[in-house]
Amino acid sequence: MISRRRLITTGLTAAAGVAGLGVAARLASRYGLVPPDHGGLYGAGETITYAAHRLLTLHQPLAREFDRSQISRVIPVNGDPPQTDAYQRLSRRNFEDWRLQVDGLVARPSSFSLAELRRLPMRSHITHQACEEGWSFIAEWIGVPLSEVLTHVGVSPRARFVVFYAFDDFWESIDMADAWHPQTLLAYGMNGGALPAGHGAPVRLRVTRQLGYKSIKYLTQLTVVDSLADVGDGLGSGAPSAGYSWYAGI
Amino acid sequence: MRAIEPHSALVRLTHWTTVASVAALFVSGVAILLAHPRLYWGETGALGGPSLIDLPLPMLLTGQSGWGRSLHFLAAWVSVATGAVYVAASLRSGHLRRDLLPSASDLRGALAHVRPHPPRGDADLAYNPAQRLAYFGVVMLLFPVLIWTGLAMSPAVTSAVPFLVDVVGGQQSARTVHFAAACALVLFLVGHIAMVVLSGFRVRMRGMISGRRAITEGRA
Repeated sequence: MISRRRLITTGLTAAAGVAGLGVAARLASRYGLVPPDHGGLYGAGETITYAAHRLLTLHQPLAREFDRSQISRVIPVNGDPPQTDAYQRLSRRNFEDWRLQVDGLVARPSSFSLAELRRLPMRSHITHQACEEGWSFIAEWIGVPLSEVLTHVGVSPRARFVVFYAFDDFWESIDMADAWHPQTLLAYGMNGGALPAGHGAPVRLRVTRQLGYKSIKYLTQLTVVDSLADVGDGLGSGAPSAGYSWYAGI
Repeated sequence: MRAIEPHSALVRLTHWTTVASVAALFVSGVAILLAHPRLYWGETGALGGPSLIDLPLPMLLTGQSGWGRSLHFLAAWVSVATGAVYVAASLRSGHLRRDLLPSASDLRGALAHVRPHPPRGDADLAYNPAQRLAYFGVVMLLFPVLIWTGLAMSPAVTSAVPFLVDVVGGQQSARTVHFAAACALVLFLVGHIAMVVLSGFRVRMRGMISGRRAITEGRA
């Protein structure tokens, strides 16, 4: 038998729970704790994971860095470089004519040649990268911190995400926590040399706190936005429509 | 005849929530594993390099791991929340200390109790030594190891808490220990379900669903 008191208590608890969830959703949205692929049942899990990780890493800790002796001897290459004419032509001339376009919510939309990126402050780190399939390797990455480029072009305070476009039609986006993170590189070098073709030449993104597929290769353009709703299918990157989550800090 | 309640409402609710979430974790875990059924020790490992174990499973590179991870983490959150409620409530009620914590004599006598039998009145209301060891081990050892090694595979979590992965010797070691602990959980489930089936399936299921069981006095 359910007593009246128990019914009232249960009802009030349920009402408080629903109201609490509503408030939590509003707060999460305001503080950027909701990923673009938050819809559906899986989206609920994605949102809890993303929010928990963002709260845990509010102080922007660095991913673990390793010694040179720990660099992997075996580093598989995933996929071939783009076969488009435009890419092949640039590749034959060592990407001398390549430019990275930077636009969106920035004071000074610009484009950078490889030489210009190399003249900006350089950073390298030896970090672990795991493929979503399960394998992993340690490598040294050399490049310009994305934060240097963003500072150079003057990012609007309305900025919430940076969207990346590539020669092979992949596209990705990261939030400003990852965009400003000191280890996030526009990498033009790897293990002491230039970035090999299979690893994303001339320049790839390197995000140290997410799975490998976020570190998009063969960059052509980056765009600073305040919302991902109108970019592509609105899910934040090409990954969700292929069945993979936008946030990959796992 | 009188009715008794072998399992509290909290135990029944958390038991079936855990059943659902662990089933989802198992299916999604297999989907993730099949993308690369090779295990390594240390920080790194990939095709072309040495492995610890090559599991005799097909390598499904077609990408079942996307939904696999989404379901795995959703189910993991449900499982962790359920476990937190269960452990907190069991600490408060004394269930954990009274019914689950194995004593020194339990450790010696446990094997003698791995013998299925139908419920025998009041004497059967307490967990026997084998049950105490198994349940305590699963709740206080296996699940914590699974959660810990799961978190140790996350580059975001280990940036904040590097200790989690350093102490197991690397990200691939964490993945391997996670797999081993999952196998141990499956072994427990095989034994658990076998015992339920062999010791009176209907009355055991009724006990865990409605919590009620009719016993006849003096027939124990």
